Amino acid sequence: MSLLSIRDVRKSFGSNLVLDDFSLEVEAGECVVLIGASGSGKSTLLRCVNLLETVDDGVIELDGTDITDPRIDTDRVRSGIGIVFQAYNLFPHLSVLDNVTLAPIRVHRVRPAVARTRALEMLARVGLADKASARPDELSGGQQQRAAIARALVNSPKLMLLDEVTSALDPELVGEVLDLLGELKAEGMTMLVCTHEMTFARSVADKICFLDRGRPLEIGPPAQVLENPAEPRTQEFLRRIRL
Amino acid sequence: MSDQAGPDAASPAPSDNGWRPSSLQLERAAYRRQRTLRSGLIAGISTVVLLALVVVGIGSTPGWPRVRATFFDFDRGLEALPVVAQGLWLNIRVMLVCAVLIVLLGLTLAIMRTLRGPIFFPLRMFAAAYTDVFRGLPLLLVIFLLGFGVPALQLRGLPNQAVIWGGAALVLTYSSYVAEVFRAGIESIHPSQRAAARSLGLSHRQTLRFVVLPQAVRRVLPPLLNDFVSLQKDSGLIAVLGVIDAIRAAQLETAEDFNFTPYVVAGLLFVALTIPLTRLTDWVARRQGWYGGGGGVV
Repeated sequence: MSLLSIRDVRKSFGSNLVLDDFSLEVEAGECVVLIGASGSGKSTLLRCVNLLETVDDGVIELDGTDITDPRIDTDRVRSGIGIVFQAYNLFPHLSVLDNVTLAPIRVHRVRPAVARTRALEMLARVGLADKASARPDELSGGQQQRAAIARALVNSPKLMLLDEVTSALDPELVGEVLDLLGELKAEGMTMLVCTHEMTFARSVADKICFLDRGRPLEIGPPAQVLENPAEPRTQEFLRRIRL
Repeated sequence: MSDQAGPDAASPAPSDNGWRPSSLQLERAAYRRQRTLRSGLIAGISTVVLLALVVVGIGSTPGWPRVRATFFDFDRGLEALPVVAQGLWLNIRVMLVCAVLIVLLGLTLAIMRTLRGPIFFPLRMFAAAYTDVFRGLPLLLVIFLLGFGVPALQLRGLPNQAVIWGGAALVLTYSSYVAEVFRAGIESIHPSQRAAARSLGLSHRQTLRFVVLPQAVRRVLPPLLNDFVSLQKDSGLIAVLGVIDAIRAAQLETAEDFNFTPYVVAGLLFVALTIPLTRLTDWVARRQGWYGGGGGVV
């Protein structure tokens, strides 16, 4: 059984249909990369999985539980999913360490001393051990994004959602974040990733899903979707981003 | 991943590698110093000239000796100072107590307005109606209503000192302003901050408490302190209830000989009181280097 099962999900904003009968399976330990033009529904899909948006129709199951059921405890579902945003969204009034320990202490009721130790380990893991007491605005973009990843990882999520996490970074800093994601994948983390980094998609993804106008037009291993796309729209998209 | 390889690797401080300003840079620095000196000189001269014009202009009006004797009589002012200062002490106490209550009530009202869920509808309604009414009512009217109206009810158990009801009127009116300031602050926090907090599993309440409010309060501190400067002056309005504050003390002094200097003394004392608070406001605003942020590039 898949860890994450998205079936016939529909989501619209007003008259704009963003996800149209969208279905996708993500197995445990798998890294699925979503590609597609801006506005094709990638971010909306991630926000639906994290319950930041309510779906219009369809079912999303996480670990066999229907999380689109309105009776579900949304805070509990979310605390099992880690999300990292394009714009980092660190809390500017808290130090890097406090950003990482906030959820463990307040949501998971971990004792502050334990949470602190775990957070410092996690920061060391992403290469930010010496920045624990810094404020987010004292860090470079790449460091902020790594801190945001540490903040998500410290809650031991079953699933990580990554929403164009390198889009706000300059090329030099992209590498340090992508390396980290590659390590996560190697450790068996299940990931659903939106990205425009085709090199990353090719080397890390188990499955690539090309979205077009809210539909998964083509799903398959990187070699198939990136090298021999069957659909003309996929071919066109890949041609354009390789220019 | 190695942290040392990145651009964040520790680099020596610029002064360590023997940098000496080039002659071009020295020449630029000299030019800038000269411009600064020139600006200071121009500012000084124009201020002196303007002040001289004002002094000569007012001093040469036919009524000036009379005005000076009535409003700026130094000896009369010195004589009135102890009484007026004693009145001012009451203003200060009223101000401090009211400020604490206003912050509590204002914050409660602001939070009430941001609550979601149908069960809180009456609270939202109440908070909205409250701010609508008390922001619209003139403060003086509220002071009269509470200060003369409530004691006239002759209810047992209620205090009937004028200063308490005057203070209550200040609290009621000002908390409606302060509630709006807090609400503006809460709404100014970017939705991405809520999204980040909620996605970590924090509840609505925890998000408000640990993520939104700390940022909102810091952001609205300057306008909030501005309201307290204003409260400091308006605390003088409770004099209409017969409480002897600085203004009322000055009025009593004036009634003896129709010399208005005690009013000027009271005014100067109020200004002396508000200036430190204004400077504090500026300092707080400046110190918050990060506060335009909101987290990230959004």
